[in-house]
Amino acid sequence: MTDVIRQIDISYYVYLSILLFSIGVLGVLIRRNAIILFMCIELMLNSVNLLFVAFSSYRGDANGQLFVFFIMVVAAAEVAVGLAILVMMYRNTKSVDVSLLDKLKN
Amino acid sequence: MGVSEILAYALGIISVASALLVVFSKNPIHSVLYLIITFFSIAGQYVLLNAQFLFIVQIIVYSGAIMVLFLFVLMLLNLNKDTEPQKSNLFKFISIITACSLFISMIAMVKGVGNLNLPSEPDSQIGLVKNLGMVLFSKYVIPFELSSVLFISGMVGAVMIGKKETHDIN
Repeated sequence: MTDVIRQIDISYYVYLSILLFSIGVLGVLIRRNAIILFMCIELMLNSVNLLFVAFSSYRGDANGQLFVFFIMVVAAAEVAVGLAILVMMYRNTKSVDVSLLDKLKN
Repeated sequence: MGVSEILAYALGIISVASALLVVFSKNPIHSVLYLIITFFSIAGQYVLLNAQFLFIVQIIVYSGAIMVLFLFVLMLLNLNKDTEPQKSNLFKFISIITACSLFISMIAMVKGVGNLNLPSEPDSQIGLVKNLGMVLFSKYVIPFELSSVLFISGMVGAVMIGKKETHDIN
């Protein structure tokens, strides 16, 4: 399995993670369901993780993979708190539509 | 074309396709299931890149814990597929243009980078649990302990926010 580093250029992983990140941004922009928004944020975090792991493997440097580990830790905590906020929001507004949360506008 | 090369491209196509389905599928439960496919294909890329520890962590944490949490909340809220109001077509068009221009500008930024000076024979053993553990518990031991504090505060925060209020504010 080690020969993927010799066979594929790192630009493949760079472009793949840029594409996944852009799809995540697109999802955050066009959807209004707060759960889907969270999922698109997870997608963006994962694309960044993929880029970290690719560079870490191509350079033979362990620091990148540990950084990914810490990103996963923070993402897990973020999802736990975020979904609690989401359940609270559903309890108050009976909806998970983020465009209802515009009280700061007025 | 070697086997691992074909696998890498196939996993890339699967992850991009299922990521697009996450964004464009109407039913939120289908979105969660497609996101699980995306996470598994990214985990496959980790295997190809010789990061076995992160492969296992990706499967357990993302595809296991986080996605179960998402599905649990989704089924708790009992959302029907027609409850989500759609944004206007003009806004969708502008969003697609914005995301495409972000993609193109990031590609252009990457193209401008010169030689990366990557080593021709990198150490292939760094992704193993033993080596990562040695680095984690020597160089990164303080961030590791701080992340446990973060987890405690996250747990307390989630319980505090999710608790039903005994008195009605409004």
